[in-house]
Amino acid sequence: MNGWTALDRFLHTDPRDVGCAEAMDMLHVYADLVAAGVRAEERYLGIAAHLRACGPCGEDFEGLLAAIAGEAS
Amino acid sequence: MLLRAARREAARRGPRMQITGPELEDLADQAAGDALLAITRKVTQFRGESRFTTWAYKFVIFEVSAKIARHFWRHPTMPLDAESWDRLPDRFGFDPAQESEWRDLLAALRRAVDTELTLRQREVFVAVVLNDVPPDALALKLGSNRNAVYKMMFDARRKLRAALVANGYLNDGESRRS
Repeated sequence: MNGWTALDRFLHTDPRDVGCAEAMDMLHVYADLVAAGVRAEERYLGIAAHLRACGPCGEDFEGLLAAIAGEAS
Repeated sequence: MLLRAARREAARRGPRMQITGPELEDLADQAAGDALLAITRKVTQFRGESRFTTWAYKFVIFEVSAKIARHFWRHPTMPLDAESWDRLPDRFGFDPAQESEWRDLLAALRRAVDTELTLRQREVFVAVVLNDVPPDALALKLGSNRNAVYKMMFDARRKLRAALVANGYLNDGESRRS
């Protein structure tokens, strides 16, 4: 990815993005679906859009998935 | 269970924030303790939409996030009011050898930051994009929260993109270069 594309992607905003508050509120539900192999991004478009764009919420999501996976290991 | 999850999450994130050893263990222990308090306080709000353990882990993850954000200000990488515009090309991966191709774009971006954003949006953009301040750490410093900082950045990004599109630097859909 070159600089033009990276900047363009960074500046791009998705109108479906629900924001941090709603994403954090539903993060456990979304993570459970993903961990179960369900295509959660199709059911929760706004949360998926948010997790793609928000570094901190995306990091929390990865952490929650890791916690679920760690529980099983 | 909470402590194990906290330690695992702290170990996953800590080294990136240069937190290691006993400091990292303390952070994990405190996160697990505070998560337990939050879970106890909110347990009646559990609606059964997920497994209980996933719901509980969420508080552990949030507490680790919050504590890492607090840790950032113990060793900040630069003052909040610094403006590291020279880091911008590297931030987005512009090739220094092709500076003649992107110099105008970044100059236009800087103009848009100065003319299109509110003072608060500009402050958040500079901290997050130029100075690499984690949004959670910035929220703490501003007495705000993650959601408000994200909304500020969201609006700033939308305005900046619109300005660059209006001036022909970016296309309405994809970037003009790929």
